[in-house]
Amino acid sequence: MTQSAVPKQRSFPKIEFTDSEAGALEFPSSKSRAYNYYQPAKLRATMYEDVTVDVQPDPDRHLSQGWIYGFGDGPGGYPKEWTAAKSSNWHAFLDPNEEWNQTIYRNNSAIVRQVDLCLQNAKRARAYDGWNPAWLKFVERNLGAWMHAENGLALHVFTSIQRSGPTNMINTAVAVNAAHKMRFAQDLALFNLDLSEADVPFDGSAHIGVWKDAPEWQPTREVVERLTAVGDWCELLFATNIVFEQLVGSLFRTELVMQIAARNGDYITPTIVGTGEYDYDRDLNYTRNLFRLLTRDAEFGETNKALFGDWLATWVPRCLDAAQALQPIWSQPADKPVTFASSLDAAKQKFRSLLEDLGLDSPKELDQ
Amino acid sequence: MSRQSLTKAHAKITELSWEPTFATPATRFGTDYTFERAPKKDPLKQIMRSYFPMEEEKDNRVYGAMDGAIRGNMFRQVQQRWLEWQKLFLSIIPFPEISAARAMPMAIDAVPNPEIHNGLAVQMIDEVRHSTIQMNLKKLYMNNYIDPAGFDMTEKAFANNYAGTIGRQFGEGFITGDAITAANIYLTVVAETAFTNTLFVAMPDEAAANGDYLLPTVVHSVQSDESRHISNGYSILLMALADERNRPLLERDLRYAWWNNHCVVDAAIGTFIEYGTKDRRKDRESYAEMWRRWIYDDYYRSYLLPLEKYGLTIPHDLVEEAWNRITNKGYVHEVARFFATGWPVNYWRIDAMTDTDFEWFEHKYPGWYSKYGKWWENYNRLAYPGRNKPIAFEEVGYQYPHRCWTCMVPALIREDMVTEKVDDQWRTYCSETCYWTDAVAFRSEYEGRPTPNMGRLTGFREWETLHHNKDLADIVADLGYVRDDGKTLIGQPHLDLDDPKKMWTLDDVRGNTFMSPNVLLNQMSDAEREAHVAAYKANGTKAAG
Repeated sequence: MTQSAVPKQRSFPKIEFTDSEAGALEFPSSKSRAYNYYQPAKLRATMYEDVTVDVQPDPDRHLSQGWIYGFGDGPGGYPKEWTAAKSSNWHAFLDPNEEWNQTIYRNNSAIVRQVDLCLQNAKRARAYDGWNPAWLKFVERNLGAWMHAENGLALHVFTSIQRSGPTNMINTAVAVNAAHKMRFAQDLALFNLDLSEADVPFDGSAHIGVWKDAPEWQPTREVVERLTAVGDWCELLFATNIVFEQLVGSLFRTELVMQIAARNGDYITPTIVGTGEYDYDRDLNYTRNLFRLLTRDAEFGETNKALFGDWLATWVPRCLDAAQALQPIWSQPADKPVTFASSLDAAKQKFRSLLEDLGLDSPKELDQ
Repeated sequence: MSRQSLTKAHAKITELSWEPTFATPATRFGTDYTFERAPKKDPLKQIMRSYFPMEEEKDNRVYGAMDGAIRGNMFRQVQQRWLEWQKLFLSIIPFPEISAARAMPMAIDAVPNPEIHNGLAVQMIDEVRHSTIQMNLKKLYMNNYIDPAGFDMTEKAFANNYAGTIGRQFGEGFITGDAITAANIYLTVVAETAFTNTLFVAMPDEAAANGDYLLPTVVHSVQSDESRHISNGYSILLMALADERNRPLLERDLRYAWWNNHCVVDAAIGTFIEYGTKDRRKDRESYAEMWRRWIYDDYYRSYLLPLEKYGLTIPHDLVEEAWNRITNKGYVHEVARFFATGWPVNYWRIDAMTDTDFEWFEHKYPGWYSKYGKWWENYNRLAYPGRNKPIAFEEVGYQYPHRCWTCMVPALIREDMVTEKVDDQWRTYCSETCYWTDAVAFRSEYEGRPTPNMGRLTGFREWETLHHNKDLADIVADLGYVRDDGKTLIGQPHLDLDDPKKMWTLDDVRGNTFMSPNVLLNQMSDAEREAHVAAYKANGTKAAG
């Protein structure tokens, strides 16, 4: 029989009532209950502003000792010289989506639940059984190829950019963009996994070969890889969210997949791809705001426009080549409610409208 | 999601990466490490489908607790002594968090392993979460705590304060210099794996003991993400270890990162825990005891020591010296006294120590009273304006210290101070290791091999030089550490808010000229400097035993 141990004397801190609540006393600054080191955009600061502004310091604002670590070949911190674009006040940019941790997780969790419910329903209803072979092949090859592009942009474009922007507001908006892309790419991959486990003829590994070798996808892969090789963060953001997403991303997602899937008996794909569309809509919002700020900058607006014109001259032809190369996939589904020409026209029109909004001239290549 | 389906899902996600053939990603941030021969190591598996709902649930718990704290009038029972130090801590910590997010692409660029890229990108989002959730906690304190001054100017104060700059290393060190040194060894292998234990596990204990259960709520939620980050770091470390050429760099970086983390984090968190608490139960752990448990046993013995089986020389001497500084050389007590000496240029108030505190310190750190007791009695005696200057300008047997050029905590263990001419300037260092960091490690060549990617120590590193030969009142006004009546200082050497006559104003501190020790040192002749340094070192608090 074991001897029961003597119970150890419990020890715990004593609660003391201190009356340390707001308003308990009046004294200088006793009512100073707003962050006072920045000017909010409106009269009252938003939660987003309060948790984002000035968290990344700036020697031009309050950082009196400067950056205390440098790179071997240049200054540390977030040098404004890391892009050729110029702003008289980078801090004027605020994310119209007002992303901070609560919005990031609420919004993305809602999407996760939507996608999850959709996929569960698809299995329960044996939705894939009704797809015709041509559509199965279309999803297997093309949606399969596209998810690589989304993943590449997530990891090597947006994740990369968020190290380099000169303010916390820019970098956080881009970090959220990266999270969107990563979630969407993974959702497409897991959808692919579901299909490969369903009792339908679907090759879950075909996407790898298509992305690497199929002629219609090589110019798209080339643009994505060339994007990841860009060193200027602002050019990278412009080329991706303004040019590539409009002429290739939206062309494929908005003007093709979202238009034809239902006509081919598929209500699952548009639900999932629609989440990527929703993401891009939000991401375009912040991107548009940033570049509008730069083109309307009183001091640097005109030089920025010229710079963006150069960037358009580089990236529009590449993206149009990628778009043209995709033409054959418009013929692959059994039901073809839209033509490549009409889809490309629609994408170009939206792109022109976006450029107009930014105060930029449409490049001549768009008219060819 | 079941483990089997998670494994399958993760395997599927790895199919998303590919080897580029048209162009390779730009190397924006270089490294002198090489991974050509590295076998790929997997970090913990995480997919976004399960990640977002998991984090949302964690968030919901945090915000529920915040609502509950306000409804339950938590601030009726919060100790002001504790909350005042949060003005400093919470001004610093969101920057290291967001810097960790910004560091992730550096590691992605450097390490050729898609499995790890995924883990690092998820960590990026975690870090955005941590930074903004901490900013939100601070806002709640500002709105509900009796004295919002200091919280209200938090990010500005962080950016222009001498203590903020010390803390900023724990952030800038993540995002600058060699990508692996910064984003892997300094950030993940040392800061996250070792020192978040004192930041996010030990310190919240003390918060709760002082009536604040929101800090534990928020930072424990933060800490629950760290295991994935630690796994990311460990995977990269193992990959780096696979190539013999990396070994000298790993050993260099472990020495630098360990020592700098010790200097910075132990200074801050040690002070918050030991001098910010009202809980003086004899059986509550001191910072030294917490450090022994969380850093020495959990990190050094369980994590670092096993790395020896890979042939890596780990910095035993520096671990032991950190322990020696904390237990025998009074490191934390010296830092606390330094912070309290500088109270006019703080944006938080520092409470005096009482007999109860003295008794506790003497119990935990025998000999404490003979070294520090008299000074704290003077601090108490000189707490109110009218009859005396701020304590830094009164004769209380304390010489304002030289700043360490590297870690920027002053050379407080005076007998250990190193004085050397580096880059044509006389600089002081708190220790041989900080001197080595500046003179040897952060250079473009290391042990005869080029290290062009290693970072540099830059900036106006000595805060005092920026304010040399200025009147204290002008310094405080320039920093903006003045309350909304335009004259009362935010920092005060006591917690009395009930009597305006007890609160120091700009007029009360005017007439005191502040001199930079480093400027003065560089103005001395060789003989003067040698005598000065000898006297400074002799005035040191000798190690016990």
